[in-house]
Amino acid sequence: MREYTTTNSNPFVDISHQVWAWEIPVYLFLGGLVAGMMVISGYLLLSDRWQKPKSVAYVLPAWSLVLLSLGMLALFLDLEHKLYVWRLYLTFEITSPMSWGSWILILVYPALLANLVIALPNALKGRFPSLATLSDRMQERPWVLRSIAVVNVALGIMVGIYTGILLSSLGARPLWSSGLLGPLFLVSGVSTAAALVHLLAKEPEERAFAVRADIGLLVTELVFIVLFLIGLMNASRVQQEAASMLLGGPFTAVFWVLVVGLGVLVPMVIQSLAVARRIGHTHVAPLLVIAGGLVFRFVMVNAGQLSHWTPT
Amino acid sequence: MARFGMVIDTSKCVGCLDCVVACKTENDVPDGFCRDWIATEVTGTFPSLSMEIRSERCNMCDNPPCVYCCPTGASHISDFGKLVQITEEKCIGCKACLAACPYGARFTHPDGYADKCTFCEHRLREGKDPACVSVCPTHCMYFGDLDDPNSEVSRLLESRKSKTLLPEAGTRPRIYFLTDKPK
Ligand code: SF4
Ligand code: SF4
Repeated sequence: MREYTTTNSNPFVDISHQVWAWEIPVYLFLGGLVAGMMVISGYLLLSDRWQKPKSVAYVLPAWSLVLLSLGMLALFLDLEHKLYVWRLYLTFEITSPMSWGSWILILVYPALLANLVIALPNALKGRFPSLATLSDRMQERPWVLRSIAVVNVALGIMVGIYTGILLSSLGARPLWSSGLLGPLFLVSGVSTAAALVHLLAKEPEERAFAVRADIGLLVTELVFIVLFLIGLMNASRVQQEAASMLLGGPFTAVFWVLVVGLGVLVPMVIQSLAVARRIGHTHVAPLLVIAGGLVFRFVMVNAGQLSHWTPT
Repeated sequence: MARFGMVIDTSKCVGCLDCVVACKTENDVPDGFCRDWIATEVTGTFPSLSMEIRSERCNMCDNPPCVYCCPTGASHISDFGKLVQITEEKCIGCKACLAACPYGARFTHPDGYADKCTFCEHRLREGKDPACVSVCPTHCMYFGDLDDPNSEVSRLLESRKSKTLLPEAGTRPRIYFLTDKPK
């Protein structure tokens, strides 16, 4: 028998001692979504798809800017010493993923703005003629277009991976101690972005592309989830204990029903049937993917911060 | 430069919480929080049970994850005694360090910054021991320079059996608990 009592504060007893509440899962979700949108809009620029007048390439940058700003707002709301936030930008701490993330996010805004200008929505074209001229000039130079596309894809991949590494670098939380968390969060982010493209797309061909891409991404996400759990189950005792939170423990139902079932498997089946033309395209599948992605962040952050090292 | 550490004799500690009260008073620790605490561990099978009482706090780890994850450099290893300290005016309250510490040694001060034990650096600079060490009625805590082979802490570690907490977490704590009976 081992009985442990402590007079220290205990997050299992007093929930207010938990480290992160709703803000960080929301930030990680929106960060992953925007990362995925950057990858997709970069791809649309590199392919010829963006030249269709109703392409989502014209709306993704603006959506990304808004969603990213909401994510940053959530992050800001989580800070306990808000007035000192500028301290992030007086230093670069090479060992701190959060420091990397804050500098990368500084680069993301200009990349998104450049993408917005080169794929300028019609509404802005009419109102800002000088922007329209700039946009035309940029479009005339293929290397500018390609550079903006490549930078958006590269930064999108970095941000997507970063949302996972932010957690996996915190070795004191065994549930997060997996190198797969970065790729898993990236794939999940791109998958939610593909779902959003599905909802926003006006061109049927683009919608079909988003659906096909999302099926592949959901399959990849499922494989990563399984590998992530297998990895933890074959690692140290504390990681096995952490994994058991999702495999029989308190987060099992929400993880398998809401994240894997409704967030991955069901939309995968619906979209596969739609591609095979057995049923029509519906908005249910992409909405499920997006909701599943959000719940996934909540489960990972909440279960992860409750997972901890225990003495042998 | 010194590398300060603590040695705590678990066979002498009675869990009176004097160290906790001394710390709260000395450092004006806000209500509902503590920089040091008492952990009690009972192991074995009835009737052969054994109990270990430990006064715990930040371990001033030699390999501190709380420092590595800090995005602003607020959590740092100070030149003075190689102690892990927090600069309040640099801390943004992101709580990464709270999540990074395997010992639950940190908390967010109601004023917004991350807070934890400092080994009473202000007292050390005056040549005094940390408040908890100096008030302990059983004298179970020893403080000193682990890099000085002649310091009391080094000699105790040389002559007695000791352990650190969660050594498998790889943080290389600088608080040692003596586990055998005094000779
Ligand atoms: S005990 Fe925790 S807060 Fe203290 S140095 Fe180690 S990791 Fe950092
Ligand atoms: S809460 Fe403060 S000390 Fe801790 S990691 Fe964030 S900025 Fe650094």
